[in-house]
Amino acid sequence: MKILVGYKRVVDYNVRIQVKPDGTGVVTDGVKLSANPFDDIALEEALRLREKGVATEVIVVAIGPADLTAHLRNGLAMGANRAIHVVTAEAVQPLTAARVFLKLIEKEQPGLVILGKQAIDDDANQTGQMLAALWDRPQATFASQVEIADGKATVTREVDAGLEVIEAELPAVITTDLRLNEPRFIKLPDIMKAKAKPIDTIEFGSLGVEAHDHLKTTHYAAPAKRSKGVMVKDAAELVAALKQKGLL
Amino acid sequence: MSKILVIAEHLGGKLNSSTARAVSAAAAVKAEAIDVLVLSDAPDAIAAEAAKIDGVSRVLTVARPENAHPLAAVLAPQIAKAAAGYSHVFVPSTTFGKDVAPRVAALLGVAQVSDVMSVEAAHTFKRPIYAGNAIITVEADANHPVVATIRSASWAAAGNGANSAPIEALTIDAALPTHTRFVELKQGSSDRPDLQSASKVVSGGRGVGSKENFDIIYKFADRIGAAVGASRAAVDAGYVPSEMQVGQTGKIIAPELYMAIGISGAIQHLTGIKDAGTIVAINKDGEAPIFEIADLGLVGDLFKLIPELEQAL
Repeated sequence: MKILVGYKRVVDYNVRIQVKPDGTGVVTDGVKLSANPFDDIALEEALRLREKGVATEVIVVAIGPADLTAHLRNGLAMGANRAIHVVTAEAVQPLTAARVFLKLIEKEQPGLVILGKQAIDDDANQTGQMLAALWDRPQATFASQVEIADGKATVTREVDAGLEVIEAELPAVITTDLRLNEPRFIKLPDIMKAKAKPIDTIEFGSLGVEAHDHLKTTHYAAPAKRSKGVMVKDAAELVAALKQKGLL
Repeated sequence: MSKILVIAEHLGGKLNSSTARAVSAAAAVKAEAIDVLVLSDAPDAIAAEAAKIDGVSRVLTVARPENAHPLAAVLAPQIAKAAAGYSHVFVPSTTFGKDVAPRVAALLGVAQVSDVMSVEAAHTFKRPIYAGNAIITVEADANHPVVATIRSASWAAAGNGANSAPIEALTIDAALPTHTRFVELKQGSSDRPDLQSASKVVSGGRGVGSKENFDIIYKFADRIGAAVGASRAAVDAGYVPSEMQVGQTGKIIAPELYMAIGISGAIQHLTGIKDAGTIVAINKDGEAPIFEIADLGLVGDLFKLIPELEQAL
């Protein structure tokens, strides 16, 4: 079984995001870029399934500009067998990304597609669900545990009410939550080995995907700040202050 | 004019308050009609609750045994069919809505607006990106239906009681898949208020120190009638189950009173609480970032201060 893994490059999660003063975007020049943390978890899960003998091949997929090669090499160094780079200079919205994945699925015929539950840049949390709809296959979102056996995935999902367990016949789409696993670190020899692994590049325009975006972002703003409050000296003063506000 | 379909979230035969919050967002669009859709195996009691929400025009029910559990693959085709004739489909931005709404949007061939914080115009919305560190204004194409998830913490629940909207049963002719099956829901049983909708929340962090020590947080919360939450550090350390996590990757909440006890205030935690009315921080480290956003701060040992707070109540 092949596993397709979404592997998006985003602004590193440790970077403090700054909105440009003119409201046209956030500052990304000279900012550290890394794999979306949820995608690292997706790749780790795919690699573990291969190590267990459930999967035979793990393919990382990224959609974006020509300079994504180094990013995909990281995915290969982590252990993916090969990479697919769908090349486009334009930012891609979730519905378009899902349509691209569907094209790749038609070609690769994977048994499983694992994506991060969301990318930490646009925080959309949509691509996996949209892909599952277009593909007309099951989705198991926000996964914290995955078992594959007898042609189906049994997935524990982190939902607001607790932990939900569902069964999904394969092929299916799984999206990862934080507690699914802890991604491995890349070792130096693996970086060397990754250089020999193939990266297929596909021009976005050659896929025949409709790229019409229904959403336009017209303005970026910094969030409203909460003002710093007051320090109280002891428990009695805190209780008095809360009672005065009618909160206790 | 806009006609809005709000998808009801419910569990155990009860309507979730996230639904009335989504109705508030629909009201902000100044729609000519706001209909609530209840998909369930037994929708009657849930529909009766939804009919009381102020501003609701009609409650539509789809009663099918397949709707006993909220499986996105089963619900989405029904919602997509029911959406015909509506300009907007609003779904609460909870794990329920985040799961099902994009599947509906894809079936309709439209983009989705995630986590709507404010409605600027019928097709213009504000939403957070980068974990709430930037707020964007997005415009949806007015020629297509808008599918949006509504960020619960940004909207007060619409009022309740004065309305009695008509309830109508819908028959939806949609083939439903059987490739996805519900197995079980493991829920921590608790008599405490629901974390997502409680007006008071007491949360503990790594500073609490252990699963056993968390009892002091539960006891204090019970004393003031609060729900109990936790930081990601406390969840990762195994003190409490994951459904108690408050923050960007857990629950985003907006109680009237939020008390952060032994929580240093990592950015991802602050993102989950910044819409709270009053934030109280209790921490032994006076330099902890939580004090930067707290309305009331108290520096000291929580094991000494909590008993003192209980005494002072």
